Amino acid sequence: MKIHEYQAKEILRRFGVATPRGVPCLSVDEAVRAAQRLGGSAWVVKAQIHAGGRGKGGGVKLARSVEEVRSLAGQILGMQLKTHQTGPEGQKVRRLLIEEGADIAKELYVGMVVDRASQKVALMASSEGGMDIEEVAAKTPEKIHKVFIDPASGLRDAEADDVARRIGLPEGSIVEARAVLQGLYRAFWESDASLAEINPLILTAQGHVVALDAKMNFDDNALFRHEDIAAMRDLDEEDPAEIEASKHDLSYISLEGNIGCLVNGAGLAMATMDTIKLYGAQPANFLDVGGGATTEKVTEAFKIMLRNPKVKGILVNIFGGIMRCDTIATGVVAAAREVRLHVPLVVRMKGTNEDIGRKILTDSGLPIISADNMADAAQKIVAAVAGQ
Amino acid sequence: MSILIDSNTRVITQGITGKTGQFHTRMCREYANGKECFVAGVNPKKAGGDFEGIPIYGTVREARQVTGATVSVIYVPPPFAAAAILEAVEADLDLVICITEGIPVRDMVEVRARMRRGDRKTVLVGPNCPGVITPDEIKIGIMPGHIHRRGRIGVISRSGTLTYEAVGQLTELGLGQSSAVGIGGDPVGGLKHKDVLERFMNDPGTDAVIMIGEIGGSDEETAARWYATECTNRKPVVGFIAGVTAPPGKRMGHAGAIISGGKGTAQEKLAVLEECGIRTTKNPADMGRLLRSML
Repeated sequence: MKIHEYQAKEILRRFGVATPRGVPCLSVDEAVRAAQRLGGSAWVVKAQIHAGGRGKGGGVKLARSVEEVRSLAGQILGMQLKTHQTGPEGQKVRRLLIEEGADIAKELYVGMVVDRASQKVALMASSEGGMDIEEVAAKTPEKIHKVFIDPASGLRDAEADDVARRIGLPEGSIVEARAVLQGLYRAFWESDASLAEINPLILTAQGHVVALDAKMNFDDNALFRHEDIAAMRDLDEEDPAEIEASKHDLSYISLEGNIGCLVNGAGLAMATMDTIKLYGAQPANFLDVGGGATTEKVTEAFKIMLRNPKVKGILVNIFGGIMRCDTIATGVVAAAREVRLHVPLVVRMKGTNEDIGRKILTDSGLPIISADNMADAAQKIVAAVAGQ
Repeated sequence: MSILIDSNTRVITQGITGKTGQFHTRMCREYANGKECFVAGVNPKKAGGDFEGIPIYGTVREARQVTGATVSVIYVPPPFAAAAILEAVEADLDLVICITEGIPVRDMVEVRARMRRGDRKTVLVGPNCPGVITPDEIKIGIMPGHIHRRGRIGVISRSGTLTYEAVGQLTELGLGQSSAVGIGGDPVGGLKHKDVLERFMNDPGTDAVIMIGEIGGSDEETAARWYATECTNRKPVVGFIAGVTAPPGKRMGHAGAIISGGKGTAQEKLAVLEECGIRTTKNPADMGRLLRSML
């Protein structure tokens, strides 16, 4: 699960990480009042959407007067903000964060993820802050310093201080940097984060170490023990189809192509998408119906796929093991009837009771195209869609 | 021959009284020598009772002491699964196969740290995996037994149904399996591709291997590099990587299946596998045929 910058900063502050003072706002008037309340002579107006690259896309602006806050807030609120992470249609800005301006002497990067190879939490830090850290990692990997943290000891003082020095923080700021790094680790660990990033972490002209931006993602499987974080979910930022799917315990992700896929199992679902591409077309979605698909679940899956106007055909690929093919076939027929299916449908079923399943499909009288294997299925749906 | 498990393996089922545990314990017991293999269940609240004749004990340690079983399978719900793994590890079992899907990653980081610290001998498979099967001998997990045939091909995979797909293709071509191991789709778990590949290379009953991976992480590359540089008993390996079409930053069902920071793409993995002498196919319907052509 993703959250907004202002929410990530709220969490980090609880763990002792210094951030600029700021106020989240939903309207221009709120933004103006926030600037007045914060005082000072410079404010940053920041679009709050669940995507990075907001600054480059024009969603982060500096204001030198309250009037300027008003006009910038008016420009940014409601805009379709396009960044490299939003896709070409962009994301509508519904919230702002108004923050006091900062006196930046140096911009640094710190981030945290679970490292799969060492099976530990990894702290990554770099003197190259504010930039695209993936680019830094690719071009100058020696500028990224890593610490793999033992959960029994946490991030030790000496480890934190060493990293702070390596990324160029002066001696006078090491104690503050240690608080930030250890706070970041505790926030990450105790809230079951899957990603935590401060980019940039700044050194101010006065020598303070402050999180100017913040990003946190969380492990969905751990939200059951973090009601406060689960409550931060902003459904406006998520794909409505993905939200609807999750209500029915379906794993669904919208993609750019025009062939809908319904598959059991995540690996087989990806492999099915890949096979469609291999035969020259693009999948419209990833959809895993899971191990215990019922008629109702299959029907919901069809409805969700067909709500996407780009879908010109559907491929069902089921390896029935514990789940029987006759159950799936019954579900597919019921779903096709209920949604009055108007696009070509290719079904490939394999495993337990596959003959009975095929007979159910044939006897339904529906124009369902049967396929023998994955490659055959992909070729048939690609041909059917091309022939329309 | 086989790896990890055979008809002499004796198994403790943790979470035997839950709905999933009951269903799959029945299926496992019906498969091959299952009746002799599944000898104990664990549930502290139901100790002294039994599940359809399988005695239930209060702890893994007690189940082990009484029955001599050295392997466990776990169907315990996600919030309690990490504790169940640790209980089995602390009872010094040889092998623990965790089927449970949805365990928080932090819990698994903690489990792995405690396993390392205690220098434990227990081998963990999973979590979020279909389990392990040695055809015609024993099935521990949720895979459909009837698609397998006894034979000499090893199968390693992160994903459940894609493993069945590979096994189904092999069986149709008349190629049986020595063992099939589902290592699971989570970012932090037990055996990795390399660990299982090494066991198959050292198994005299295995002639060739299908290794199935997916986007995310670098475990497939690690296995391939080991195969190219350190493996002394190299047998033919066919590789497939799912997720060529997956966009970066989107989690494809499995918690571990995500391309992040430009790392873990299918293209990158396929290139490394090929470079290391593993034949790859981009067509998942072709895994079995490609393997047969190499025998």
